[in-house]
Amino acid sequence: MYRINSRQMEMLFRKITEERELYLPVKAGGQVNFAAWTADAEVSLDTLKTVKSPKDAFFPQFESLYTCRTQEGKLTIEAEKRKDRPFVVFGMKACDLKGIQVLDQVFLKEPADSCYAARREKGTIVALACAAPETSCFCPVFGIDPAAPEADVCLWKIGEAYYWKSYTEKGAALTKSVEPLLEAAEDDAVVEKEQARIRTMVKKLPLSSLSLEGWDGAHMNEKFESPLWEQLHRPCLACGTCTFVCPACQCYDIRDYKTAAGVQRYRCWDSCMYSDFTLMAAGNNRTTQMQRFRQRFMHKLVYFPANNDGMYSCTGCGRCVEKCPVSLNIVKVIKAFAKEGAANE
Amino acid sequence: MNRTTDALIPQVGVITDIRQETPDVKTFRVNASEGGKLFEHMPGQCAMLCAPGVGEAMFSITSSPTNQAYQEFSIKCCGELTEYLHSLEPGSQIAVRGPYGNYFPVDKELKGKDLLFIAGGIGLAPLRSVINYVLDHRADYGRVDILYGARSADDLVQMKEIREVWMQAPGVHVHLTIDRPQDGWEGHVGFVPAYLKELDFASDKTALVCGPPVMIKFVLAALEEMGYTKDQVYTTLELRMKCGIGKCGRCNIGTKYVCKDGPVFRFDEIDELPDEIW
Amino acid sequence: MQELKNRIAQLLADGSVQRILGWKKGEMDYDAEPAFFETQASLDDFVYHGFCAANLSKYMIEAAKLPGKTLVCLKPCDSYSFNQLLKEHRVDREKTYIIGVGCSGKLDIDKIRAAGIKGISGISEMENDTLRIETLEGEKSCRRKDVLLERCHVCKGKDHVIFDEQIGSSQDTTDGDRFAAVREIEAMAPEARFAYFQEELGKCIRCNACRNVCPVCNCRKCVFDSTKFDSVQKVNADSFEERMFHIIRAFHVAGRCTDCGECSRVCPQKIPLHLFNRKLIQDINTLYGTYQAGSGLEGKTPLTEYHPEDAEP
Repeated sequence: MYRINSRQMEMLFRKITEERELYLPVKAGGQVNFAAWTADAEVSLDTLKTVKSPKDAFFPQFESLYTCRTQEGKLTIEAEKRKDRPFVVFGMKACDLKGIQVLDQVFLKEPADSCYAARREKGTIVALACAAPETSCFCPVFGIDPAAPEADVCLWKIGEAYYWKSYTEKGAALTKSVEPLLEAAEDDAVVEKEQARIRTMVKKLPLSSLSLEGWDGAHMNEKFESPLWEQLHRPCLACGTCTFVCPACQCYDIRDYKTAAGVQRYRCWDSCMYSDFTLMAAGNNRTTQMQRFRQRFMHKLVYFPANNDGMYSCTGCGRCVEKCPVSLNIVKVIKAFAKEGAANE
Repeated sequence: MNRTTDALIPQVGVITDIRQETPDVKTFRVNASEGGKLFEHMPGQCAMLCAPGVGEAMFSITSSPTNQAYQEFSIKCCGELTEYLHSLEPGSQIAVRGPYGNYFPVDKELKGKDLLFIAGGIGLAPLRSVINYVLDHRADYGRVDILYGARSADDLVQMKEIREVWMQAPGVHVHLTIDRPQDGWEGHVGFVPAYLKELDFASDKTALVCGPPVMIKFVLAALEEMGYTKDQVYTTLELRMKCGIGKCGRCNIGTKYVCKDGPVFRFDEIDELPDEIW
Repeated sequence: MQELKNRIAQLLADGSVQRILGWKKGEMDYDAEPAFFETQASLDDFVYHGFCAANLSKYMIEAAKLPGKTLVCLKPCDSYSFNQLLKEHRVDREKTYIIGVGCSGKLDIDKIRAAGIKGISGISEMENDTLRIETLEGEKSCRRKDVLLERCHVCKGKDHVIFDEQIGSSQDTTDGDRFAAVREIEAMAPEARFAYFQEELGKCIRCNACRNVCPVCNCRKCVFDSTKFDSVQKVNADSFEERMFHIIRAFHVAGRCTDCGECSRVCPQKIPLHLFNRKLIQDINTLYGTYQAGSGLEGKTPLTEYHPEDAEP
């Protein structure tokens, strides 16, 4: 274990960027999001929740896949270069880390997504334990421990110091590259005390006792056919806020962008809440917002866990809880079903 | 199976022949740009065809894997991309990736069985791949019945092949029908499900069905009336697809991704899924 | 709230209306959601308080197509939006029963959090214009006027421009100049102004919340949802598109925007989108005379009427 004083962080970032790109929470226009570090960036490691999750670092909202050019009737297809520079994502929280594990289940499954796989290979994750979880957080529901994020390197901020512990080969390599700035620390007890403090706090969170009973493949059609969806979806504006701030949503679209230098085929995040998501020339199998709303929650809470050994496609980060324009969210959906279940018994 | 090396990046395909099948269906023959086949596939699999700047969509491969020279796609003109493809001339180049999805189990469950193919309109396209595969491995399968219908005689695709190859093949029985009477048509007139009941096939066959959703619905009902169980009936689904590899999310129905876990499903499997396919 | 609750329960019970469109109690004190109430039992969850900021008028486009009458609770500013929808023939007045509800300004939970109050588990609105806030670290308080939504500081007034009956008292919250921020931006040097908008619009994640919440963004199919349009509704392919989406939207709602402030309220990245609308409102006022969209049902509007002597902007 190592320790670094918070006053030294600027130097640490500088050091990291000598060999690697660095992405971390940066305040711009009053909002904190993960962005590339620059000397004049306003780094905000104390921000609990960035507006968007850091999934952009591995699965950007927009990325070019390949470019097509036609010259004298001949088509050439040039694949976009895959990520080849090592980079560090610094300050990820346990819930967002779980989000990456969810994305891994999707993108690394055969046939692997080469863009994502390259970023996963080149990326090193430095996580930060949550010093002050919020009342919108419910990560314990998904078995996540915000006091001990499972990353390449994990940090705990205690007083004016960041405690630094490396867990993987990638973590060791990063640690070695910044070792001159770190000071050896043999005080495991200090970290354990901080972990205990965080865990006590987490227990007090109002949403941390949410029950996921009945949200599994065995109840798929029962949940799907519930009349509750018709009620629940009604205030939904059909915007993509919940999807776009979510660390686990992974649906995407592939589109054309016509440039002077050819047609760029790019992919961008998509939302199952959008009306054109399943639209095709021959028809559309989800024509109502109720169907689209239901798909989002059924996918996260039933289909995904049924296909992935019980892993939910929600990490309890609570961004949708804070950001939905009409205060509709996955917690309310889960609770509405629980209430209905209790009433029917 | 040599899928395009990177699942997201297409290869260049050259349209080497275009055949007008019906007023709104053309069959496109596609080869790799350096000649030869684009890839190896199995009957029922699909590929993504892309006209850069226009769009990309999934189409079933209508040619049989046993065709060593090229792949074929029968495409109905019904949207922006298909309109564009219909405007192309032989020699045009498009972007192709695939093959994607599963296939009709020609190497497993279908082996040794009497097969009943039921198709409506352009729905013959995916089944044609199986039919020709079966004809090329004739000894491996039992009797073959093909019930094929369309709105009119002009809307029946692959008529040359049906007459010259399928109707001449041993143990193959072709039953054609059109929705309404038409001058010059001496065959059967009536909807596919009704004709199916009239033909009253033995109930020990394995049925492969493809056509418009409404036809599939009534065909399934007719088959059940005839004594078929859902595990004897296969179909192939069409939903919006973008990635082709079960990641982009849009063809997700319940625990399945139609592009990866399908497009071929047995009806008892479909029954277990949430009811939002059609 | 009790008077309001009693009255709507009565109107639902006697069959005057088939459903109530109001706000439903959330998980917390600050996350009430828009909701339809069709039974007496469901009204147990009906609430109306400082966090019922959502403007319900847009829901009436669909609700008025349902069988029977819908009772909708409209705050003074929401009533302008409803009027505008009525003027555009988007809602059916005959199928709407409007209760104008009083308003003493709506609260912004993010402002409370930004004031350093974290771990909020409960909020009570006290008589003396303060909020008592229960947090994981104990009780805290803040002044109501420090945590009002931006729009409430420049309130259009507490009169409902359309209603069937009014329930509840209001309290004026205006203490700012509606166009002050617009003038500040106008006074910036061009480079600084460009940098300001670039930073603000650079945050946009194209979630479309602003568009979907906007009462006057009610096209059956938005141009940005078209598959034939090169630009796409879900991503900014470059910084040009990033700006164009919001600017096109602002122009499309010009002369129709009532300045209800919902766009800025719902933006997850807190882009001050209302400033675009206010700039256009200010220009319309300057060029064609003071005009407030949604204030009345009669007459032509500045941008749908032509006079030979009109300014050539």
